[in-house]
Amino acid sequence: MTTMERLAVPLDDIPEDRRHVYEAEPLLSARNLGITFGRVVGLDGVSLDLYQGEVLAVIGDNGAGKSTLIKCLTGAYVPETGEIYLAGNQVTFRVPQDARAAGIETVYQQLAVIPALDIASNLYLAREERRKGPLGSVLRMLDKKGMRERAATAVQNLGIQTIQNMGQAVETLSGGQRQSVAVARAAAFGSKVVVLDEPTAALGVKESTSVLNMIKQLRENGLAVILISHNMPHVWEVADRILIQRLGSCAGVITPSSHDMGEGVAIMTGARKLT
Amino acid sequence: MTTTSNAAAEFSRRRLSPAQRIQHLLHAHPWLSPLLILVLTTIVFSALNGRYLAPNAQSLLLQQVAVVACLAIGQTLIILTAGIDLSVGSITILSMMTMASLAANSKVNGGLAILIGIAVAVGAGFLNGILVTKVNLPPFIVTLGTLSIFTAIALLYSGGASIQEDRLPDLINWTGTSIALGPFRFTVGVIMVLLLYGVVGFALTQTAWGRHVFAVGDDPESARLSGVPTKRVLLSVYSAAGLIYGLAAWIQIGRAGAASPNGIVDANLDSITAVVIGGTSLFGGRGGVIGTLLGAVIVGAFTLGLSLAGVDQQWRLLAIGVLIIVAVSLDQWIRRVKA
Ligand SMILES: Nc1ncnc2c1ncn2[C@@H]1O[C@H](COP(=O)(O)OP(=O)(O)OP(=O)(O)O)[C@@H](O)[C@H]1O
Ligand SMILES: [Mg+2]
Repeated sequence: MTTMERLAVPLDDIPEDRRHVYEAEPLLSARNLGITFGRVVGLDGVSLDLYQGEVLAVIGDNGAGKSTLIKCLTGAYVPETGEIYLAGNQVTFRVPQDARAAGIETVYQQLAVIPALDIASNLYLAREERRKGPLGSVLRMLDKKGMRERAATAVQNLGIQTIQNMGQAVETLSGGQRQSVAVARAAAFGSKVVVLDEPTAALGVKESTSVLNMIKQLRENGLAVILISHNMPHVWEVADRILIQRLGSCAGVITPSSHDMGEGVAIMTGARKLT
Repeated sequence: MTTTSNAAAEFSRRRLSPAQRIQHLLHAHPWLSPLLILVLTTIVFSALNGRYLAPNAQSLLLQQVAVVACLAIGQTLIILTAGIDLSVGSITILSMMTMASLAANSKVNGGLAILIGIAVAVGAGFLNGILVTKVNLPPFIVTLGTLSIFTAIALLYSGGASIQEDRLPDLINWTGTSIALGPFRFTVGVIMVLLLYGVVGFALTQTAWGRHVFAVGDDPESARLSGVPTKRVLLSVYSAAGLIYGLAAWIQIGRAGAASPNGIVDANLDSITAVVIGGTSLFGGRGGVIGTLLGAVIVGAFTLGLSLAGVDQQWRLLAIGVLIIVAVSLDQWIRRVKA
């Protein structure tokens, strides 16, 4: 397959200063992913390629299969058909921690934070750090203080000032604050790919801007980002390419320079076909 | 701290009413309410009868609650995962009769008999765990079924007869040995239970495993998406509970001076009562073993206090019933905590 075919958009549609991103082999590829839920087809043979240092946005109507797509990519669902390749090698993610171990961090739409646990415990859930010395190695004692300090840094990096106390239970946070915690977790631990399913849905203007800046920063650092959003201005601001999901399959890939928001929405709703 | 962050902190501080503050406090420390109840009962009962606070009375209280307090540790672990264990008593009886029969009838060495008895309890807990995680049955149904199954096996194996302590090796009876500590008299069993509380309390609050137990109980799907191996955590919880019931079986033999298949008939409800009064939520994800220990002691305190005051024991039943309902209502209120 040529780069052109994988990109699914003409190279001319990519700004000149971003084209170098597409010279390398794709970091994450999916071919023909499919899954059904009883009689509902969740995903009907979707393929995508994701490059290091790019932001790939996924847009589509409610129920178009956006969340299902990224759940299949990150081990939350095991797809019934299709293959996933990471840096050219085929991988199978049976559970979310498989994808995590491969460097893929995800903010799921339902956030996946534990209300009863505090912020630091949520950030470090399933990757807890132990104390140094025998307290950690023999007694398996957690380094609570260290984790709290590093959690505070991660939250500050997102520019969130209303969250002060890392020992605060997540259930006492507002919806937007919870979302910030989930985003901070993904940003802090993603080493190759960060997947964000509507990360700004509950956020205020300032917090949304922080998340968009964080996405740009991640791209700058050479990570690959998948962003699902219903907010078209956000998508057109940060995306390199935009994958349009429609009725469980891919209706096409566009770029912010090849199509404007109106055209994107028209394809998304089926009012217009991608030519 | 910057001015903005001060303002933010100020903002969140100002919103709390006194009731909300109590709600937050109880939310962060679920053992505070049982502690308050225990302090109040102690004040009332010692006022009714001066002997209530005497070291020998308090020592007796601990000995009386030791076995239920031990079983309640396992029950706490399971309830923290939003489960419930109705097979507590049956696993304990199965383990106890295995130990005693092996030693008394099959002439197996005492230490080995204890180990096999505990292994049987771990196996029984593990079976519950497999049915919950792999067959995906609700814990209530699983343990309702195994309650009958394990009881039947225990009765069939032991022939339904008690085995008195004189037929058992010293090591099996050792848990009943009393040790003087100042004016107090502890038994080996009581000390074992207190140590067990320390170990499980540590594991729950200081280790990653403990975090995962709370996470699985609070929101299993989020825990799974966050990378917690939820099934493995549940299996470990049910197996650990089995281990604890096995130890309780050994302690029960020392306490009762016999292994009797109908020795601890009320163990299921008593252990759940201790957990609930101790402030652990039946919905999972909130609570801990310190509260459970207090809960078990509160039940014992009513038994002792009312008998010292010469009051009919039926009042104890009534009081415990009221406490259970108060504790669960309190939990509902605490669960509604908001920022
Ligand atoms: N676990 C599931 N069980 C049954 N059906 C499911 C499940 N997950 C998704 N679906 C179905 O698959 C389809 C796609 O759902 P999905 O959540 O991927 O949509 P989405 O594009 O993320 O929508 P939204 O914008 O509302 O988040 C829907 O018809 C949905 O009902
Ligand atoms: Mg979705």
